[in-house]
Amino acid sequence: MWLWFHKLSSPPYAYRIAGMLRPWFLWPALLMMAVAAYGGLVLSPPDYQQKDAFRIIYVHVPPASMSLMVYVAMAVAAAVGVIWRIKLAHAFAAACAPVGAWFTALTLAVGSIYGKPMWGTWWEWDPRLTSELIQLFLYLGYMALRSSFDDTQRADRASAILAIVGVVNVPIVKYSVIWWNSLHQGPSISKLDAPSIDSSMLWPLLLMMLAFVLYFAAVMCDRVRTEILKRERNASWLIENVVKS
Amino acid sequence: MTLRDFISMGGYGPFVWSCYALTLAVLVWIGLSSRRQLAAELVRARRRAQVSLDRAAAGPDITEK
Repeated sequence: MWLWFHKLSSPPYAYRIAGMLRPWFLWPALLMMAVAAYGGLVLSPPDYQQKDAFRIIYVHVPPASMSLMVYVAMAVAAAVGVIWRIKLAHAFAAACAPVGAWFTALTLAVGSIYGKPMWGTWWEWDPRLTSELIQLFLYLGYMALRSSFDDTQRADRASAILAIVGVVNVPIVKYSVIWWNSLHQGPSISKLDAPSIDSSMLWPLLLMMLAFVLYFAAVMCDRVRTEILKRERNASWLIENVVKS
Repeated sequence: MTLRDFISMGGYGPFVWSCYALTLAVLVWIGLSSRRQLAAELVRARRRAQVSLDRAAAGPDITEK
């Protein structure tokens, strides 16, 4: 296990593995997305309160959970990079940020379109909405901080601190609907033993969330490889490999 | 359920479909831009590798210190 970990953290090995794994993440992800969209748009019945508008949750909850999950992955990678000085962990963290930012922006945009017919407003300075907006700024701040350094190592270290500190916002987003009286509806699936939605509505949502995770993994395969190429410019393994292929 | 019902989504059509379209657009963008960046970085790496291999093949360069 530790040996495997050590091996994985070596750039040539990670570069090769990422290329090999990508199709195994990508194709199942696309298939699951198609099935989940069909399940959510066609098979599941309209909600008794929200009617057909509830179908938006299938493209609102998955990016929302990704906006937090990607951040946690990024912060953990950044911490691993700082503590054990593993360059690949920093590369992973750096590769996460733009994707997380897109997921967060998507969550806010879709949520806004969802809010209009349900709440009668596009935006409200509600705890959930505001904390999710802060989440977007955390990603953007992380990216801005990185780009302000010319030296990759210094960028890695400085941005890692921001990523780790920013993690406090994750539980705030997640529990905002419970801690404060929010306009946003409460959780639908966190109580897995007794979810508050019917199984015909639940399975497409869970499938869509899994599809998003796999899609993220597929995208990260490309992004991590890009980061490795940038960081290992002069490594001999790269020079040999790249010219051969 | 007719196709017309499906598209109108009980009157919520514009909201539902714009959300799905937006999501699709962002997912496609994330995937394609990451792919393009990798391709561009590979081209750069290949060019650099070729230069250093050529230099190695040319033997020690006495003009460089």
